[in-house]
Amino acid sequence: MRYSVFSVLSQALKGNTGWKPVWREPEPKAEYDVVLVGGGGHGLSTAYYLAKNHGITNVAVVERGYIGSGNIGRNTTIIRSNYGEHGNIPFYEWSLKLWEGLEQDINYNAMVSQRGVLNLYHSDAQRDAAAQRGNTMRMHGVDAELLDVEGVRKLVPNLNFDNARFPIHGGLFQPRGGTVRHDAVAWGYARAADMRGVDILQHCEVTGIRVENARALGVETAKGFIKAKKIGLACAGRSSQVAAMAGLRLPIESHVLQAFVSEGVKPLIDTVITFGAGHFYISQSDKGGLVFGGNIDGYNSYAQRGNLPVIEEVMEEAVAMFPSIGRLRVLRHWGGLMDMSMDGSPIIDKTPIDNLYLNCGWCIGGFKATPASGWCFAHLIAQDAPHDVAAAMRLDRFATGRLINESGTGAQPNLH
Amino acid sequence: MRIPCPHCGERDVGEFAYYGDATKRRPDGASDIEAFFDYVYPRDNPAGPHRELWYHLGGCRAWLVVNRDTRTHEIFGAEVAYKAGAPGAEAGSP
Repeated sequence: MRYSVFSVLSQALKGNTGWKPVWREPEPKAEYDVVLVGGGGHGLSTAYYLAKNHGITNVAVVERGYIGSGNIGRNTTIIRSNYGEHGNIPFYEWSLKLWEGLEQDINYNAMVSQRGVLNLYHSDAQRDAAAQRGNTMRMHGVDAELLDVEGVRKLVPNLNFDNARFPIHGGLFQPRGGTVRHDAVAWGYARAADMRGVDILQHCEVTGIRVENARALGVETAKGFIKAKKIGLACAGRSSQVAAMAGLRLPIESHVLQAFVSEGVKPLIDTVITFGAGHFYISQSDKGGLVFGGNIDGYNSYAQRGNLPVIEEVMEEAVAMFPSIGRLRVLRHWGGLMDMSMDGSPIIDKTPIDNLYLNCGWCIGGFKATPASGWCFAHLIAQDAPHDVAAAMRLDRFATGRLINESGTGAQPNLH
Repeated sequence: MRIPCPHCGERDVGEFAYYGDATKRRPDGASDIEAFFDYVYPRDNPAGPHRELWYHLGGCRAWLVVNRDTRTHEIFGAEVAYKAGAPGAEAGSP
C-alpha cells in the first residue's frame, strides 16, 4: 500500500483496521543474485538501491535478529556532513542529499529534521581548526557557518556562557544537519526494498560462507544453504566474525559506545550541539527526551553495555554545557557495538575473495551514512567498481598508506 | 568493571588506560613491511576471551596483561606484562 493523505484518512475512517504488515516474511529461495549479510540500515539501503538503481531484485537480506534490532535502532539519530578529509566529504554530503529526498523516495515518514548541527569551540586554536574545517566544507559545496560567541548565544541562549574552565568562544554550524527517526529508516528501507521484490529473511543467522578456489559461492544459514552469485557483508560490530568465516582478518576492533535518553521535557534544545572541550553531543527528540552521548568506553567489547567512568564523564559534560538540566533524570541508557577501523574511516570495497564484498568500519558514525553507504555498496556490487564518492574507502589503504585519517590519531581504534 | 591488579588488588576500570590486543608482537626492525602491516592493522577481534594490555595509570603504573571475555566483561585474571611475556614489556612499555 502506498502511503498518502488519502490512505491515512481512509484508515482513520475504518478505525485503522486495514493496515497490513509492510514487508513479507518469505522462506529463503535456493539461490539469489545477491545475498546481503546483515539486515541493519546499511544492508537494507543496499538492497533497496540494488533494486532501484541497478534493477537487481533477486536479492535477500539475511538478518540474525529482527529488523531494527541492531545499531540502526541504537544510535542517536544525528545526520551531518561536516567532515574535513577529501575522501570523506563528498561521500557524507551525498548521504545528506539522499536524506533530504529520502521520504519522498521511499514513501515513508522518517521524520527527517534539518535542525542544524553546532560544534562548539572553546579556544583560539579550536576556532582556527573550526574555520579550516568550515572552509574545506564550503570548497566542497557543503554549508558551514562560523559563529562567534554572540552567534551561538542567539542560537542556543540556555548554554552555560560563564564556564571559566571551558569558555564558549563560538561554534561551527551546519544548518542542513539534523536528526532522523532511526527506526523509521530501518522500516522504510525494508518496506521499500520488499516492494521491489527483495526477500528479507529475519531470524536467519549466517553460520558460514562457502568459499572454493577463492570464490564465494553462498552462505550457510540457520535455514540451510543459500547459493549466491554475489555476497555483500554489512555486519557492523560483527564484521570480524563474519569475515573470518571466509578466512579474512580485518583492520577492525569492536568497541562499546553508550547513549542516554532523559525524561521528556518541554522544548529546550532545537538543534544538535557538540561540546568541543570533551566528547559530548546532545539533541532533543520529538517526544521531548534529551538524547545524548559521549566517547566510546575504549576497550574491545561485544557486551552491548558499558561501564560507569564514561557515564560519569558524559553527565559531567552535559551539566557543564547545560547547568539547567542537572535535575533531569535519565530514563534509559544502553550500549551498541562499534566496528572501529584503524583510521576511523569506513571500508566499502571488494575483498580478495571473488564475489565477496565488504562494508564495515563505520566506527561511531554509521547512521548518518546509511543512504550513501547503501547507494555506494549497491554500485560496487552491481558494477564491480567503486562509486566515485566512496573510491577512497578501500580495504587495502592500510597496506598502501592511503589512510583517511579524519581525527589524526593514527592506528588507534580506541581514539577515533 | 574492576581489574585485579597484581600489585594493588581489585581496582575500578577508571584507574586504567587501555592499549589493546596483547598477542601482537612488534617485529624486529629489519622485518619486511608486511610484518609491520600485520603488527599495526589486522586484529583477530575475538568475541570471547581476549588477552589485552592495560596500564594502571591511577595506581602502580604497571603494564598488565588482562584476560577478559569481551562478551560479558568477565575478567579471568591479570598479570604484570613483563612476567606474562608481553611485547616490549622489558623496556617498560608495549
